[in-house]
Amino acid sequence: MGAKISRIEYYLPGSVLSNEDLVDQHPEWNPQKVEKKVGIRNRHIALPEETALDMAVKAAEKLFVSVDPNTIDFVLFCTQSPDHLLPTSACIAQERLGLRTNIGAMDFNLGCSGYIYGLALSKSLIESGMAANVLLLTGETYSKFMAVSDISNRSIFGDAATASLISKSDNDHIGEFVLGTDGKGAENLIVRNINAQNAFRLTDGKSPELYMNGPEIFNFTIETIPPLVGAVCVKNRIAKNDVDYVILHQANKYIIEFLISTIGLDPSKCHIDMLEYGNTVSNTIPIALKDSWDRGLIKTGDKVLLAGFGVGYSWGSTIIRV
Amino acid sequence: MNEFIDKFSEALEKEASEIDSNDKFRDYEEWDSLAVLSVIAMIKQNYGITIPRKEFDSLLTVEDLHNYISANKG
Repeated sequence: MGAKISRIEYYLPGSVLSNEDLVDQHPEWNPQKVEKKVGIRNRHIALPEETALDMAVKAAEKLFVSVDPNTIDFVLFCTQSPDHLLPTSACIAQERLGLRTNIGAMDFNLGCSGYIYGLALSKSLIESGMAANVLLLTGETYSKFMAVSDISNRSIFGDAATASLISKSDNDHIGEFVLGTDGKGAENLIVRNINAQNAFRLTDGKSPELYMNGPEIFNFTIETIPPLVGAVCVKNRIAKNDVDYVILHQANKYIIEFLISTIGLDPSKCHIDMLEYGNTVSNTIPIALKDSWDRGLIKTGDKVLLAGFGVGYSWGSTIIRV
Repeated sequence: MNEFIDKFSEALEKEASEIDSNDKFRDYEEWDSLAVLSVIAMIKQNYGITIPRKEFDSLLTVEDLHNYISANKG
């Protein structure tokens, strides 16, 4: 017995922030350079009243066009933008999606590594017999944590949500995982100005503010991800060159190209596409998986290496068979 | 040092002739957030090290950077 990703759908909010929009607000900015190096032209941004949960519900509704919601027996929602501190967004999703009440549902708070952890949890739930059809949701609205003046982060991050159905299968389609954590990077990617130490009160009219120490995150990535890819190949007993396709977290084009060359991967087998989405945090890997499938870049039987990394620090990788 | 300046020049997309070892590289017009990533990548690729941010912040001139790498490279 094993688990497989049966289906993926995603939802992008309607509002688009283009490089032209950004340059209107920041004339000193060079949109051509950003598009060429960072690989981003547009980002989708949630409406002020639209939340990560709203978007995840919409992604799930797309999934339920072809999947019977009554088959879902566990909901996992990966988000760092929950509607409330409490209650749990996954519980609200259960009600809004009209799912059965005799099922489990929980949120987990991870960023760019989140989809890999979601797959690891789903596989564990299925292989332990606790669930047969897990609805794995990701949803993120980092845009709500960014000031209008924060051109660096606004040029990189986009909002999105995804819904994946992870089902019990005869053969194991989700391979072995390598996971990692290092909390010493906590301060390098963090939402500031709101925390439990201040009883979640915002002082001096400040807003929650996303802070990213780009160089330190880059250092972390180039030190951690090449060995991670090596380790996941060893654990799955496969040579790096026998992997059919590689989907790294779509952080930005520059970082991915550096990783591809450092690891020694074949660039033609590696996914690089965040042009119309930006870095959508935990959504990049499921979006890339669905796009790759829809565009015929991956086909049944292919071995696809997935790796996520970022805020925490947290990282993880696995190899799936499509 | 010349070899380092060549690599630094390439990463920064700035003519090597316009780079002096005593220059404070953060004052260069070309120095932006993408240039930082390019320089980090160049150092990792050529010298096998990453420089922790706190230490990097204390390096002011091109020569400081070169000396740090010489002392710490693998």
